[in-house]
Amino acid sequence: MTSHSSTTHESSTTAPATRPAAPMTMAAALNAAIRDAMVDDSSVVLFGEDVGPLGGVFRVTDGLYAEFGETRVSDSPLAESGIIGTAIGMAIYGLRPVVEMQFDAFSYPAFEQIVSHVAKMRNRTRGKIQLPIVIRIPYAGDIGGVEHHSDSSEAYWASTPGLTVVTPSNPADAYSMLREAIASDDPVIFMEPKSRYWSKAELALPVRTAPMSTAVVVREGTDVTLIAYGPTVKTALATAELATEEGLSIEVIDLRSLSPFDDATVSASVRKTSRAAVIHEAAQFGGYGAEVAARLTERNFYYLSAPILRITGFDIPYPSPKLEEYFLPTPDRILAALGTWEWS
Amino acid sequence: MPHDYVMSLNVESAPVLTQAAPTPLRLIDDAGRAVDPSEAGGFALPAPDILLGLYRRMVVARRFDVQVTALTRQGRLATYPSALGQEACEIAAVASLRTDDWLFPTYRDSIALLTRGVPPEDILASFRGEWHSGYDYYQHKIAPQATPLATQALHAVGLATASKLKGDHTVALTLLGDGATSEGDAHEAFNFAAVWQAPVVFLVQNNQFAISVPLDKQMACRTIADKAIGYGMPGYFVDGNDVAAMYAVVSAAVDTARNGGGPSLIEGLTYRMEAHTNSDDPTRYRDSSDVEVWRGRDPIERLEKYLVSVGVLTDGERAGITREAEELAAATRECMTKTAVIDPLELFEHVYATPRTALAEQRDFLANEIAEHEAAAAKTTGETA
Repeated sequence: MTSHSSTTHESSTTAPATRPAAPMTMAAALNAAIRDAMVDDSSVVLFGEDVGPLGGVFRVTDGLYAEFGETRVSDSPLAESGIIGTAIGMAIYGLRPVVEMQFDAFSYPAFEQIVSHVAKMRNRTRGKIQLPIVIRIPYAGDIGGVEHHSDSSEAYWASTPGLTVVTPSNPADAYSMLREAIASDDPVIFMEPKSRYWSKAELALPVRTAPMSTAVVVREGTDVTLIAYGPTVKTALATAELATEEGLSIEVIDLRSLSPFDDATVSASVRKTSRAAVIHEAAQFGGYGAEVAARLTERNFYYLSAPILRITGFDIPYPSPKLEEYFLPTPDRILAALGTWEWS
Repeated sequence: MPHDYVMSLNVESAPVLTQAAPTPLRLIDDAGRAVDPSEAGGFALPAPDILLGLYRRMVVARRFDVQVTALTRQGRLATYPSALGQEACEIAAVASLRTDDWLFPTYRDSIALLTRGVPPEDILASFRGEWHSGYDYYQHKIAPQATPLATQALHAVGLATASKLKGDHTVALTLLGDGATSEGDAHEAFNFAAVWQAPVVFLVQNNQFAISVPLDKQMACRTIADKAIGYGMPGYFVDGNDVAAMYAVVSAAVDTARNGGGPSLIEGLTYRMEAHTNSDDPTRYRDSSDVEVWRGRDPIERLEKYLVSVGVLTDGERAGITREAEELAAATRECMTKTAVIDPLELFEHVYATPRTALAEQRDFLANEIAEHEAAAAKTTGETA
């Protein structure tokens, strides 16, 4: 291939026919998304650590090596900067690499390649070179992981202009958003909540949900907006259920996209309920919730009845498995925080 | 490709890390004489017409480099990292590539861009501070000049691997400096290339300084080329001021890569004659006597002596080359008189392929701010008129 234009890759017009609905985990939905994208577009290649015959440590790439062979699915040397750096070269040559950083904290050696090149290449070259790379990062905790296996690194990426950062919270979104991410001409940091890999849903593939860049109201309510993403959507929904016992009607928003941020959807909800809290696992200081609270306040100050709260991990390194229950936001902790507002 | 000049430590015995550095491969010596073929490492001296072409391109490139350095000293460019004295490495690299091969350069390799056909005004766009990079990458098959050290070596390996996966015969060549070989990305690039047998050539221009830090503070081994053995690829230690040797070795490495033989690491031993950039002061860290020694090993003068001795470089040829170089220098000065007008609103245009509402809002904010300033300035002008 000598051209780099987005028109040279085959579009998803040959998506496989709809298959019968079947219960499917998020890991299986991600697997299906990669497979279908590879069937539709011969320029999609997959590589990373253990993604070949093993099928990835979370089995997200299970069976793909056998189906597509070494030229399209390959194990790389164990070097994350090398994975991202070579993906950049492949993308310049017209491929659409899907690469895996095995665990959140293992993406840090690739920080320079992601921040200095993946994020900036399109702008540096005035749009002449684009890098349609998907960087899959299993992230966050609640799986009893040892140190360096439970980080929530989303704020690093979301604060970097040039990156698109998304995170699904359920199997249907996992499939749909990963298909959209692979088809995107922008580089996408695709953050997969590890604790949700084994969550199941009945899916008829190829399922398509709301556009990747949009937030979705996943439960309607009138009194409070809980803003969650990835692993904390489940927590927020459990909180909303629990709150009904107290007569509190909670609306839950699944952000899905951290960059861009869907101001319209979230602001509309906050203007309706007049109270909002952001829930994430990552530490609070300088975290993603700070951006959410700040921009919602700037845009909706006169609609608010109370300050926007952040209910997050503490400002400490992610703890050992036996202590993570104290770290993670829980429905009880969230409801207690909402109770600190003055309710008139 | 001849392998008897491959540098390798004998793994059968304990490597002696203190052993003296070998003599770099050369085909034409400092005095401009062809070396005896028995000392040429199996490489043949390129034909006279090829050498004359390399000479012409080196002279033209140096004239450009000197011109741009002068413009920088006049304060007309934000910065310019000169490659003065490194012309043999730069021109040999470009001359060894086909038009559909790819070059992955650094900020110091502007004359490689020039030699590959990038117009002066496009090369200077970044140094003029207009945009971070300013040429047609796909037309010239040249990646943006990389500033973060050694990062581009991985991009070259990736592109070469993609070429191989597609069954193409495109080769990637990346230029690196000696300091860059200390970076992790250099190591990862060498390793990925060797494991994947990528059609890539790593050309390290060992100009002996990383800004101020000399090579013996970068590494403890004899040569950079020696490192190749650790990755499982051939390494070549070459006189980087002998364009004949550089061209012979780089061309052979490019052919090897194209024919499925995998990557090579080439070290060209040279010297950075100028400061790191115009904001550097080399008198703080090196003796001018060293610079004079290397001035005596000038790559252009050496080849000139040889070409004159074999009767290839005539007065007529020389006059033509001088004319070409001066015309380029004039064109380079001329392009500085044209003021590139870049719409500040373009700042928002290329960040994403997919439009963003928030960025559109910020673009509109800036547009309004500019309009208000212009209106206020017009009002002031009107009042004072």
